[in-house]
Amino acid sequence: MSESSSIAVSAVDLVKTYRAARGTPPIRALNGLSVAVAAGSVFALLGPNGAGKSTTAKILSSLSRPDSGRASVVGIDVLRDPDAVRRVIGLVSQKASSDPMATARENLVLAGRIQGMSRASARARAQELLSRFALDDAADRLAKTYSGGMARKLDVAIGLVHRPRVLFLDEPTTGLDPEARAEMWAEIGRLAADEQVTVLLLTHYLEEAERLADRLAIVDHGRIVVEGTPEELKSEMHGDTVHVELASADGALKAQGLLARLMGLHDIASDGTRLRARAESGARAVPAVLAALEDAGIAVASVTVARPSLDDVYLRYAGRSFEAAA
Amino acid sequence: MSTHVSAVDQPMRGRGGLVGHSVYLATRSLRTLWRQPAFAAATLIQPIIWLLLFGELFRSVVEIPGFSSGSGSYLEFITPGVIVMTALFSSGWAGTVYIEDMNRGVMDRLLASPVRRGAMMIGTLAYQGLTTILQTLVVFGIALLAGARFPGGPIGIGITVLSAVLISVIIASLSNALALLVRQQEALIGISQFIVLPLQFLSSAIMDTSLSPGWVAQVARYNPVDWAVVASRQSLSASTDWSAVWPRLGALLALAAVMAWLATRAFSSYQRSL
Repeated sequence: MSESSSIAVSAVDLVKTYRAARGTPPIRALNGLSVAVAAGSVFALLGPNGAGKSTTAKILSSLSRPDSGRASVVGIDVLRDPDAVRRVIGLVSQKASSDPMATARENLVLAGRIQGMSRASARARAQELLSRFALDDAADRLAKTYSGGMARKLDVAIGLVHRPRVLFLDEPTTGLDPEARAEMWAEIGRLAADEQVTVLLLTHYLEEAERLADRLAIVDHGRIVVEGTPEELKSEMHGDTVHVELASADGALKAQGLLARLMGLHDIASDGTRLRARAESGARAVPAVLAALEDAGIAVASVTVARPSLDDVYLRYAGRSFEAAA
Repeated sequence: MSTHVSAVDQPMRGRGGLVGHSVYLATRSLRTLWRQPAFAAATLIQPIIWLLLFGELFRSVVEIPGFSSGSGSYLEFITPGVIVMTALFSSGWAGTVYIEDMNRGVMDRLLASPVRRGAMMIGTLAYQGLTTILQTLVVFGIALLAGARFPGGPIGIGITVLSAVLISVIIASLSNALALLVRQQEALIGISQFIVLPLQFLSSAIMDTSLSPGWVAQVARYNPVDWAVVASRQSLSASTDWSAVWPRLGALLALAAVMAWLATRAFSSYQRSL
């Protein structure tokens, strides 16, 4: 099988600008974004709100047109043949996408019928998905009565009715409580295997991307700054991260200067009372850090050493911590 | 790569898809109406109240010299007026459904599916049309119970239903187009009210325009609401002037087609905003 046929989703040099309010310059949402997603994988676009994730999904799902660039889904050119693309994709947008005045079953059957399924197969598929997402008991209740977690599961089920080749999942767990989120993660984790679907996951949760994605790309200011498997990205970050929590924010600037001068520490960042630095060996760096801060009379609340996280990866490539960006 | 089993038995193409999709979407709207009995009841009771209220309030205007009510009472004069007015006001709200769909992800999901934009438009227009037929028949029923008589008979009633449906399609198209352009509930309702009220009063719906200032009668000649009222009233009367009915029906039909087409084009404006 050729190289290109194993790529389910491809975007090349996407540029998209939006007209803003009068008198302000247009907003450049995508600034040459390119991405290639292998068939059958879960690929995460990770980035803060406004980074360009949703715009990318809207272009790839034929909703929106880029100013320039190319996009294709399972080999179909999105710009030239949007109708063909619409038959092979499922879109679960950021917003709830069920009809609140219809039951879950009715929502699913209608979505299937719209996709050209016969009445019988739409019904059978609806039942299959209701069971799969544990919505059996609530299948004939109006969607407006659903809890947040149930409604989101229904959204995903609606996106899957016609067995799409590619599923776009835009922030599938935003606003869900931890229990519902864990349940949704388990469902998404099984999707690629059970439904033979390629998933493009858009998320601003580091943990979500790390848990679910085979590969991920960090999106910032409308372009991809780094891409790889979560393990690759973290292992590129040699050494440890040292987190220092100061007792007060007064000495933060001074403390940052002191740490910068210590041997073996680099990439020092501060955010209020929190400082963080990269170190070849966290265990060796900590005594020096504590000594330097104590000499300068800066009170320390806590010091922790951690293996590199995706947040560190984000900090390194986007130039700011993820929390600060989001 | 593993083999992919398509769930789509026979992808709908061409006209079959357009009709099928329109039916699915109109059915969805009817189901929603059915599940809101209070709203459904208000939809039917409102025109009855208008009919009886206006009928009483302006009962004596037929006595003004020169008022051309034919030979009948004001109730008979106003019945087609209230029917068209009901179609006008109900369909002015049509676009609010689109905005609810936009505020949820329903609109985006439909636009990223094989549903044609034409079917999304026809589905809502068909729903509005069906609502109008129901409302029209209710108004006729009440008018007949209240003693009104329509010498035009079933043909007159049929033409009145058709005129009301066409006005409904014209205004619902306008409302849908506005929804796609302004994308905000408050703005849509504001603009819609701003358009609908003058259309209503610059017509012969409740008043014989030959008694209004000359400019009103002039404006009314170009007002589709007036075309619908005149076509209905003429076809219901004892001595129908068919030369007044056909051109107006034709104009309504043409305008309905153009408006529905233009409104469908407005989807691309919405998509540019995405």
